[in-house]
Amino acid sequence: MNPENYLVLAAILFAIGTVGFMVRRNALIAFMSVELMLNATNLALVTFSRINGNIDGQIASFFVMIVAAAEIVVGLAIIVSIFRTRRSASVDDANLLKF
Amino acid sequence: MVNPLQTAILEPVAASGLFQMAWLMIAIPLVSAAFLLLVGKASNAWGHLLATLAPIASFGIGLALFFQLLGASVAERTVEVPVYEWIGVGPWDVQIALLVDQLSILFVLLITGVGSLIHIYSIGYMEHDERRRRFFAYLNLFIAAMLVLVLANSYLVLFIGWEGVGLASYLLIGFWQHRPAAAAAAKKAFVMNRVGDIGMALAMITMFAHFGSVEFAEVGKNAAQFSPLTATLVGLFLLLAACGKSAQVPLQAWLLDAMEGPTPVSALIHAATMVTAGVYLIVRSGPIFDQTPVASTAVVVVGTVTLLVGAWIGTSKDDIKKVLAGSTMSQIGYMILAAGIGPAGYVFAIFHLLTHGFFKANMFLGAGSIMHGMDDDVNMRNFGALGRAMRWTFLTFAMGYLAIIGFPFFAGFYSKDHIIVAAFEHNMIVGICALIGAGITAYYMTRLMVMTFFGRKRWEHGVHPHESPGVMVFPLVVLAILSVVAGVAMNSWINGWLVPAVGGEEHTYGLLDGFTEPIGWLTMGVVAIGVVIAVSVFKSVPKEAPRGNFLERAARRDVYGDDINNAVVVNPLMAFIGLLTGFDRGKVDGAVEGIGASTSGLGQVLRRLQSGYVRSYGLTMVAGAVLVGAVLILGQLA
Repeated sequence: MNPENYLVLAAILFAIGTVGFMVRRNALIAFMSVELMLNATNLALVTFSRINGNIDGQIASFFVMIVAAAEIVVGLAIIVSIFRTRRSASVDDANLLKF
Repeated sequence: MVNPLQTAILEPVAASGLFQMAWLMIAIPLVSAAFLLLVGKASNAWGHLLATLAPIASFGIGLALFFQLLGASVAERTVEVPVYEWIGVGPWDVQIALLVDQLSILFVLLITGVGSLIHIYSIGYMEHDERRRRFFAYLNLFIAAMLVLVLANSYLVLFIGWEGVGLASYLLIGFWQHRPAAAAAAKKAFVMNRVGDIGMALAMITMFAHFGSVEFAEVGKNAAQFSPLTATLVGLFLLLAACGKSAQVPLQAWLLDAMEGPTPVSALIHAATMVTAGVYLIVRSGPIFDQTPVASTAVVVVGTVTLLVGAWIGTSKDDIKKVLAGSTMSQIGYMILAAGIGPAGYVFAIFHLLTHGFFKANMFLGAGSIMHGMDDDVNMRNFGALGRAMRWTFLTFAMGYLAIIGFPFFAGFYSKDHIIVAAFEHNMIVGICALIGAGITAYYMTRLMVMTFFGRKRWEHGVHPHESPGVMVFPLVVLAILSVVAGVAMNSWINGWLVPAVGGEEHTYGLLDGFTEPIGWLTMGVVAIGVVIAVSVFKSVPKEAPRGNFLERAARRDVYGDDINNAVVVNPLMAFIGLLTGFDRGKVDGAVEGIGASTSGLGQVLRRLQSGYVRSYGLTMVAGAVLVGAVLILGQLA
């Protein structure tokens, strides 16, 4: 099977994630969109690893996974605490940090 | 015009024996001043006695040195006493050394002698002042600084003393600093002296640049190498310095205000010693003035103008101390005039300086004694008929009076006569001015005498004049005796003594010269006219000052000295400063504050980007990422 198809799939997933991040108000959905973008990137990295016949891309994807896991821990905690205090998970409502 | 007479060039010999102790004369009062200021209140009870012993000790050493010099041959009368090396860098070698010669030793005796008497007088005069110890410490500081000034062997060391006496003068004029007038007068004296100091500094810098040395002996030896222009400039710089210190026109305005200080200060600093430093400076700088007829003429003009202006001011003041201050200006004008004539006049300048030191200190202390008895009143319109109430003060004052107007055989008769004769030999107009000055001197001094000691009582209610205590009368008596005999004692001797040190013509003057020359008779005639006019005009003295004619009104305003200073210097400077301040506020501050304001204005605009909406941040990030990606891809393609 042609590895370039995987790249096309990764690009489609990344685009979905980007659009989702920008249009959805719900913090959890936006968060999932970010994860989708990260995983699309992972897919692209692994594909490049396959194309080039070495494991550099796979190593990079492990780093991404670890950073993503840490980010989820922190990010979910923030979202939960915002939800508790404001009774809302909308990112547009959490707009106090501004000029 | 070149001076036919030569100025003496100093050729000092090394010090030996007693001369090595010369520094003690300065050290004793200096240490005493420091001690009294540092120990503080603990020495309140006896501080004034210690301070009085200090100048007496210096006087003793000075007297011993004087007799040593008197016994030495002429070639060995100029003694240099090294103290220590101050600056020794490469070709620069600045020594602190003292120069004891015929000129400086006379000054030492005047300063420490009159200084000691004034210290004694101050014990009585300042008795009820709670800051008496501090006053005496300042007096000691002055004595030390003045001795540095006259004993210096170079202009630089002289300058240390020069500034030291300026400081002491400032501290003592403003001694009663709770009085705004005294504080202002002190500041005025200090600032106007700084103007003169600029001249002193410029003169020293020029000498250093040309000779690498500012020692009197070196400069004297090399002065002939000055180009005429440089010599003229240095001469004018020195004249400026002398004008500041000696209250000569145009820097005269501070001296009249300086009378705000305690009266012993006026007697010591602003009559007998410090204000004569300018005369000393010019006489010491003789070799330079020899090279420059222009500067010498300027000195003569300044002296002549000042002797007339000072006398003019003296004629119309009602404040007894201000009359004496105007008189001091005038008499120093005589000295400066004599010093400007050149080697022919140096001896006369110093002679008059010494006699003036005696009789003017005498009269100032007498004025202090009167104030002491009249509850510190200085207005002569409130005096009158004090001759009987204060007999000693009256008698001693009268001796000073006869000395200053040049009554035959009194001190001023000899010293002033020489100057007038020399002025006539120098230039007819200058001579006539000096003669007129003598007449005005007789007029205003007679006016002072009549208003103070004769006529009806015009005392304020509740004033009971009484004679001052013995501790104040004793100095008056000593100074009165000196006012009488100093002229006779020194007239025949001082010329032969000073000529080897300052230059001039060896000549023995007789005691009766004044009666053999026509100018002598002329002077006595003018003086008599002045006395007669004053006696007839001031037969009765109104309590309120009459409006007076134009001349009197001008004199009461110090011949518009302050107005001229304001118009010529202060107001233009203030306008210029206003301009500069405006520029600083408007342009400099405007530029700095404009940068700040525009930065914060830009911030006001840019901070709108921080909207708080996460999704708009996301959009910005995506747009940025796309932009970077596009650039990378286009870069690959290109």
